[in-house]
Amino acid sequence: MLRSLHKIPGLVAALLIVILTLSGAVLSTFPALESAHAPTQSEPDLTVAMLAGRVAARYPGVEQIRRAPSGRITAFYFDEGRPGAVVIDPATGQGVANYELSALQRWITNLHRSLLLDDAGRLTAAAGAASLLALSLSGLLLTVRRVGGWRRMFARLRGPLIGRLHVEVARLTVVGLLLSSTTALFMTASTFGLVPKDGDPPAFSVTVSGKTGALPESISLLRGTPVAMLRELTFPYPGDPTDAFTLKTARGAGYLDQGTGATLAWVDHGPWQRLTETIYMLHTGQGAAWLGLILGLMALGAPIMALTGIILWVQARRARPRIKGNTAAGQADTILLVGSEGGSTWGFAATLHLALTQAGHKVHTTAMSRFALERYRRAARVIVLAATYGKGAAPDSAKGFLDRLTALPQAPAMPLAVLGFGDRQFPEFCGYSAEVRRVAEEKGWPQLLPAASVDRQSPQEFARWGRNLGQALGHSLELSHSHAIPRSHALTLISRRDYGAEMQAPAAILRFAIPKAGLLARLTGRGFLRFSAGDLLGIVPQGSPVPRFYSLASEHGDGFVEICVSRHPGGLCSGQLLDLAPGESIQGFVRRNLDFRTAHNARPVILIGAGTGIGPLAGFARANHPGRAMHLYFGARHPDSDLFYGEELRDWQADGRLASVTMAFSRTSARVYVQDVLRADAAKISRLIGEGAQVLVCGGRNMAAGVADALADILAPAGLTLALLKAEGRYVEDTY
Amino acid sequence: MKTLLSALALSTALTVPGLALAKSVTFTTNLNTYGGNGAYLAFYVTDASGAYKGSLWIAGGKSKYYDHLSDWYRATGGSSSEINGITGASVGAGRQLKITLDLADALFDAGYKLHVDAAVEDMRDSPSEVVVPLTTQGAGQPVLGRRYIRNFTYDM
Repeated sequence: MLRSLHKIPGLVAALLIVILTLSGAVLSTFPALESAHAPTQSEPDLTVAMLAGRVAARYPGVEQIRRAPSGRITAFYFDEGRPGAVVIDPATGQGVANYELSALQRWITNLHRSLLLDDAGRLTAAAGAASLLALSLSGLLLTVRRVGGWRRMFARLRGPLIGRLHVEVARLTVVGLLLSSTTALFMTASTFGLVPKDGDPPAFSVTVSGKTGALPESISLLRGTPVAMLRELTFPYPGDPTDAFTLKTARGAGYLDQGTGATLAWVDHGPWQRLTETIYMLHTGQGAAWLGLILGLMALGAPIMALTGIILWVQARRARPRIKGNTAAGQADTILLVGSEGGSTWGFAATLHLALTQAGHKVHTTAMSRFALERYRRAARVIVLAATYGKGAAPDSAKGFLDRLTALPQAPAMPLAVLGFGDRQFPEFCGYSAEVRRVAEEKGWPQLLPAASVDRQSPQEFARWGRNLGQALGHSLELSHSHAIPRSHALTLISRRDYGAEMQAPAAILRFAIPKAGLLARLTGRGFLRFSAGDLLGIVPQGSPVPRFYSLASEHGDGFVEICVSRHPGGLCSGQLLDLAPGESIQGFVRRNLDFRTAHNARPVILIGAGTGIGPLAGFARANHPGRAMHLYFGARHPDSDLFYGEELRDWQADGRLASVTMAFSRTSARVYVQDVLRADAAKISRLIGEGAQVLVCGGRNMAAGVADALADILAPAGLTLALLKAEGRYVEDTY
Repeated sequence: MKTLLSALALSTALTVPGLALAKSVTFTTNLNTYGGNGAYLAFYVTDASGAYKGSLWIAGGKSKYYDHLSDWYRATGGSSSEINGITGASVGAGRQLKITLDLADALFDAGYKLHVDAAVEDMRDSPSEVVVPLTTQGAGQPVLGRRYIRNFTYDM
């Protein structure tokens, strides 16, 4: 619901909002330019009487003196029947420049408030402002839901770049957008006469003295009014004794007799006028140029969010396939319920739907939010594929599922299988699917399969779960899920260094040339992506459409693509990689892995890895500069067998790129694992983390679990937890 | 072109009791290309002594700007009862405004003067930019404005 409230006005009003905010950002610079160019008022107690006297002396035909909120003073006069307008230096009353309205400013102002279309345009622009307000409010609530509460509003964001950019810009600019859109609506209401008026000068019903010739310097009200309060002073027509001075100030407006100087009529501004003027100032920055500039900068957030928002919407739509051959709920033997936030879980559901249908099942696939047990008359099983939103919250398409499940009078008879989708880097990995499973178990709903999860959309983990499901169903089930594989490129092997033969665990550091692409291909995004150490290299092996991912051990600037691979028993992809001879090639592409990066600061870094997990860590070390302390803890089997990057590690230690290297060998007489050397070094690690160190862990899942336990123990005395470090982005893992 | 059966807002002494005593008058106002937004114009009548008698037409729909039609505003306080039913759109720079009104015969050759106030956003106010006696002989003779109005003519 909230997401629809955000998405629909966003898509409808995106172009309108881009026009309004871009023009608003340009307009925001004018008040600052105006006050920078206007002659400054050097006498702090200058009165309107003195100013008017000076101007009248220089320009005897003066008609009107105006003071803009920026402090710029303008005089309009007639000289021998020809109208003139000058910007006045208040110190002398002399004009310093001709006053001319900027045609550009006028055009942009009209574009901004009425799209150059008069009243219809004003209403359209107001609708744009209302959309912007609705988007700001709904976006704010979505952000709170995403980060897990108001207090965590400025917590570090995770997830794909575009989504992060969208929220990052949003929380920096939402204050300005709320202010600008609210004040815009007020100003439109005021323009259309919907705001009460209590600031106009009174009607001129009083009689004048009939005398003329009072000098402005002698009029007491003008002598008592500082120039800073002046809005406008209009002189009487020459030779018309029935006319009078008209004065408008920040306080009110009225008429002064041109013979006696007496105040003929005066009305103070009411509260509505003061409110209107304040809102005008807040919206335009006229009279508060610095505020205008800040709001203008914040307004630039809206076009960025419009663009990223549309990209996110397109991505979600693309990722959500149409389920082909969906069986009606009442006819299906298998009910497939999907809880998806961004749409990627629907892709997995489509793969499962197809495979089960090919195996002869009648499958009904629908959103978890449309769960209706009474309709599943022929169902023999229910399968739930559920992602998690934020800190364990229900994803968009699963809203209300748990309530309906809790409300069931008794547990269904047909068994349930729950598969969670999530990202192990989040503190609440698969929190929602675990909750679904817990509630189902409490109800006594029989479970078809043990709890299972898929980390970061891994096709391998999904396929593994599929085989387990197939076993439970009594037939084979091969799930080859491929989410839109990017265009792959031929990677030619330049060199290889082999390890592990002694331990019957062959492994190698493989170095490929960066595939060349023409300028056009690169500009259109069809070239080989620029990459950093820690990004993933997707390799598409022959004989399987499903890519396997390896962490990159080099960055683009190194001039080569390097990965560290060990041969898995029966592994299709690792086998093909390790069989490559220099000069041969294999298909691959880059996938960004932005969370697994060293932070942009000078704080220490602790790298922890084992086996081929050294790859990205070596890449970080290679890209490090002396001055940032980087400490490596590395576990291997035996120094003579699989000490990857042995020579480089020595060199990098010598030139300062690595502050320390601590090894653990599990197949020597010492038999230590990397978590053991961490515990032995507890004091140092505790100190480094106290200094704000970031921890990056890469390797097998068992090793990562051992490392997490060791670190938790090391941190506990200081009152720190891994969850806390994770939340700050100071503990990141890349495990397999 | 605006056509109006009678000048509704003219004060009681000048209102038209029946069409027999009225004549159809066309006001033609040509604006200069002054390089600003659309001009607000107020057409109204004063008597020989300069006292305000009634409004004939207001070009410009937003009452919040009426105080810039400063002579007219000073006489009326911008009262909406003065201008009910006799307002139209503002007039763009370089454009022409043509309005046809049925005016009481008594307005002509009796010392009454027609005033046109003009105002443009962010530019100087131009009250009584045109002041022309309403006479039968004066019909069809263009009067020059000072700032925003190139010329003004009334035809019977």
